[in-house]
Amino acid sequence: MLTALACLIIFAIVVIIVGNILSHGVQRLSWEFLSEAPRKHFTEGGIFPAIFGTAALVILMTIAVIPLGVATAVYMHEYAPKRSRLVHLVRLAIQNLAGVPSIVFGLFGVGFFIEFVGRGIDRGLYGGQLVYGQPAIIWAALTLALLTLPTVVVATEEALRAIPQNYREVAYSLGATRWQVIRRIVLPQAAGGILTGGILAISRGSGEVAPVMFTGAAYSLPDLPTQLNHQFMELGYHVYVMSTQAFDVEATKPALYSTVLVLLMLTFLLNFTAIMIRARIRKRLRDGR
Amino acid sequence: MDVDLKLEQESGNGERLFAGIRTEDLRVSFSETEILKGITLDARRGEILSIIGPAGAGKTTYLRCLNRMLDLDPDWKVSGTVLLNGQSVYTRDIQVAALRRKVGMVFSVPVTLPMTIYQNLAFGLNLDQEGRSGRDRKIEKALRDAYLWDEVKDRLQEPASNLSGGQQQRLCLARSLTLEPAVLLLDEPCSGLDPISTRRIEEALQQLKKDLTVILVTNNVKQAARASDRTAFFLFGELIEVENTDILFTTPREKKTADYISGRFG
Repeated sequence: MLTALACLIIFAIVVIIVGNILSHGVQRLSWEFLSEAPRKHFTEGGIFPAIFGTAALVILMTIAVIPLGVATAVYMHEYAPKRSRLVHLVRLAIQNLAGVPSIVFGLFGVGFFIEFVGRGIDRGLYGGQLVYGQPAIIWAALTLALLTLPTVVVATEEALRAIPQNYREVAYSLGATRWQVIRRIVLPQAAGGILTGGILAISRGSGEVAPVMFTGAAYSLPDLPTQLNHQFMELGYHVYVMSTQAFDVEATKPALYSTVLVLLMLTFLLNFTAIMIRARIRKRLRDGR
Repeated sequence: MDVDLKLEQESGNGERLFAGIRTEDLRVSFSETEILKGITLDARRGEILSIIGPAGAGKTTYLRCLNRMLDLDPDWKVSGTVLLNGQSVYTRDIQVAALRRKVGMVFSVPVTLPMTIYQNLAFGLNLDQEGRSGRDRKIEKALRDAYLWDEVKDRLQEPASNLSGGQQQRLCLARSLTLEPAVLLLDEPCSGLDPISTRRIEEALQQLKKDLTVILVTNNVKQAARASDRTAFFLFGELIEVENTDILFTTPREKKTADYISGRFG
């Protein structure tokens, strides 16, 4: 009885949240809203720069986090000697990384990527001119990549563990080198699990505000980011801005609801795409093609 | 540096070296526990040597020494000598991958890779340039040698998992044969198979042994009696006795051997 009630509560919460956002958000939703930049203190116009910025941010983040996360997991599971102290330490670090509040990642992004790496690049390549030593989409994406790294590492390790040891042995017995075993057996078999990690990372990353608000997200910026050192608008941050920093918070409410709706839909869409890709990979593996 | 692993080699003074695989005082331990206690044994080209013995005798460990599969886990320690056609297998400069191509292995459970039948057979060949040349011809020959060609020739693009257990094991045998090995190690290859599949594999081995050395580990004493030329009896990591199969099964020298083959213990 109690357990059924618990399930019901969860279900009710989801229905209320989604229903509320849907019912309030649909009114302002229009092609104009999706395709134009905001005007008149966010009360008119649309949120296209924020949609574009979020998508670009998440894609950059994925490009950064998947190779790093997969390489880490492959090293820990396939290369490192048994009972390796290093692996133990790395695993500990990853667990801790997963527990760090996202605002701390934001501050780390400022301190490390912008102040240290960005300024370093500026000094080394641009003669001290301010190019990369400022908030930019690349730094925001890398900060998010760090935030989502544990997700990808853990999911990939899980996938590697699920591959029967037999497959590796057969490949070795046919004269495969370790790299060939990884390239031809392990990675293809783990592809589904790696994508699951990617999906979770995207879900997590696309909704985060704290890590990007210092590292690259702009209050309002009608121009789209076309280079890695540009600032950008981001949906989550835009929601935050509209609900707390706007000239007239009450007047932006309809646009606010629609923005939240778009954020949810974009996250679902990115998720859905990744799930479709994963399903295709799984099917291909099953058919043995 | 690639070590030449040709089937037959002439030593400096023209004397023909031993063709096949030989171990001298082979000792293996797994994290302090001694599994093999000094095995001196050889298997010649052109014969099937079967290894029998109760569980825990070290039969599988012995096989896995020969193609250095034990290297995969650093807890295994190997000492002594393994010679393939007179050349030491445990030297620093040997290429382990090249060795494993010359010493094929079939495992006790049929392990088909999650790919098509064709891709399974091509897997070993695709690993290097030399293998890729004449790939289809090598695959067809391997399938014929494993007595599987007629059953799969029209199904090569199907997933290997569609095959029956017996067919899968013959596919595994064919997959090893594509690399044209000098030695074939079989670790209880028929343990899960029906009598007809078992017989097909045994027939295939009788044909194959002309060109290579076959070592067959089996839990089935009758199979050893049926299929092998010589038989070695292992017990608790020691080689108790090795003899021509018909002699060992009729007049074993050791009482332990007699007890085991008549089913009194083990």
